[in-house]
Amino acid sequence: MAIDVTAVKKDFPIFDQEVGGKRLVFLDSAASSQKPRAVLDAMDGYYSTTHANVHRGVYAIAEEATRLYELARRRVGAFVGADDPAEVIFTKNVTESFNLIAYSWGRANLGRGDVVVLSSMEHHANLVPWLQLAEERGIVLRYLGLTDDGRLDTSELERELDGARLVSITACSNVLGTLTPVREVADAAHAAGALVAVDGAQLVPHVPTEVGALGADFFGFTGHKMLGPTGIGVLWARRELLEAMPPFLGGGEMISDVRTDGFSPAELPWKFEAGTPPIAEALGLAAAVEYLEKLGMDAVREHEKALSAYAIASLTERFGDDIKIHGPLDAGSRGGLISFAFKGIHPHDLSQVLDEHGVCVRAGHHCAKPLMRHLGVAATARASWSVYNDEPDIDALGDALVDADRIFS
Amino acid sequence: MPGLEDLYREIILDHYRNPRNRGELPVPPAHAETGFNPLCGDEITVYVQTEGDRIVDVKLAGQGCSISQSSASMMSTAVKGKTIDEARRVVSTFKGMMSVHEQRLGGDEAERSSDALAELGDLVALQGVVKFPVRIKCATLSWNTFAQALDAVGAPNH
Repeated sequence: MAIDVTAVKKDFPIFDQEVGGKRLVFLDSAASSQKPRAVLDAMDGYYSTTHANVHRGVYAIAEEATRLYELARRRVGAFVGADDPAEVIFTKNVTESFNLIAYSWGRANLGRGDVVVLSSMEHHANLVPWLQLAEERGIVLRYLGLTDDGRLDTSELERELDGARLVSITACSNVLGTLTPVREVADAAHAAGALVAVDGAQLVPHVPTEVGALGADFFGFTGHKMLGPTGIGVLWARRELLEAMPPFLGGGEMISDVRTDGFSPAELPWKFEAGTPPIAEALGLAAAVEYLEKLGMDAVREHEKALSAYAIASLTERFGDDIKIHGPLDAGSRGGLISFAFKGIHPHDLSQVLDEHGVCVRAGHHCAKPLMRHLGVAATARASWSVYNDEPDIDALGDALVDADRIFS
Repeated sequence: MPGLEDLYREIILDHYRNPRNRGELPVPPAHAETGFNPLCGDEITVYVQTEGDRIVDVKLAGQGCSISQSSASMMSTAVKGKTIDEARRVVSTFKGMMSVHEQRLGGDEAERSSDALAELGDLVALQGVVKFPVRIKCATLSWNTFAQALDAVGAPNH
């Protein structure tokens, strides 16, 4: 069933207002999406009726908080085809998810000369933790290249994966929008004896996702880009990997016993959840997942793919060679965003003028500086969509670009 | 809500379209510093040539938005020919103007600022940037980089 944007927009309180006297045209969901009332209500309802710490108190509201928190884990896991809740670890965000992999699995398994393969379009979240390990222990980083049209270049995969211990790549570039052939890379990695970690931050909000079908061993994603609250992310990993890994952060909740001379970690998944977890955020994320499921992820994907196709076609028709859209030009190869350059106007200036028209886009390096260098730019402007965007939003972007041209040319 | 006309004054757009003192200087004898804006990835290299305690030439290389480019261009014209101490004072006044906190001070402090602002000349056009706090880093990038260059030039082992 197609997405009824008018109805969907009514579910998002932020669209009830005007910003600076203008209709809010929010085209920055790839940075952080807006939240439906159902998510706010879930969090509010929890704080108003049953807030207590989880896995501790033996009284009714604490039991209820614990039940809801663990139910949230099952719902969020099931959303990406992760049916064993022991394999679903709540983190703060996808950055923490990848730090957990690098610190816990990486430190236990990687030493001098061990090879970790990344791609040239990784977000800093899936790059800096590995650079830190390279500095600390001398692991070697290899980068899969890109084709001229911004796809992952898999032509030399076998050679590039030779001897690798881990391949850690994004499923969807947050800059180019490119969907990567995760399964193909995962199969090749496994054949080479490497494990596979996948950054799903830009995939899960937009494309039906099954961690098993992707062939991932580790899979990270984050709540606030998928209509959920900030402060909660997920790391899914295969149980035997998690069981063999040492804990990441130490403290409360993650232990089964503590003595003056040592400790025993808790069972999965709590072994990796030190301290009081983000309980309200987990409930909020579960509500976001429920909201997306109600719309249907197939419908979400079709809606956003159609928007990408419309954006590419209409902006190219309007501006011709004055607009340069980075990455592949067929909507089927992309998630829900486009990055672009426009008439040599700096993305900061573009974004500033667009803001005057109520149009919110992201301008900057998108936490992907190596990719910016590859593209030969310091920054790009990026427009991204979600379930509440429609074609008039893209038209508003085009109209605002005309005004930017007027000011700067 | 501040409007775009507060930000994109004509003089700013002029310096953006026709940047002054673009280029490089041979190092040494000139000194070069490169600064980065972590927000947007912009980078700028400031070349400073001194004779005694006087700044005889300034050149700018790198890329950036209209605010960072015009601010750098205006800075280069403002400090060229000044002594290092005079240039430091201009830097300090400009950075004061760019401080979102300074704008909230009242009384004597504000008056002192407005006296000092008179010395900034065209640079006062950049005052509107303070109303767009995210862009302050764009406007101050070249100044911070220039200040680092001055520190290096003034260092005893230079």
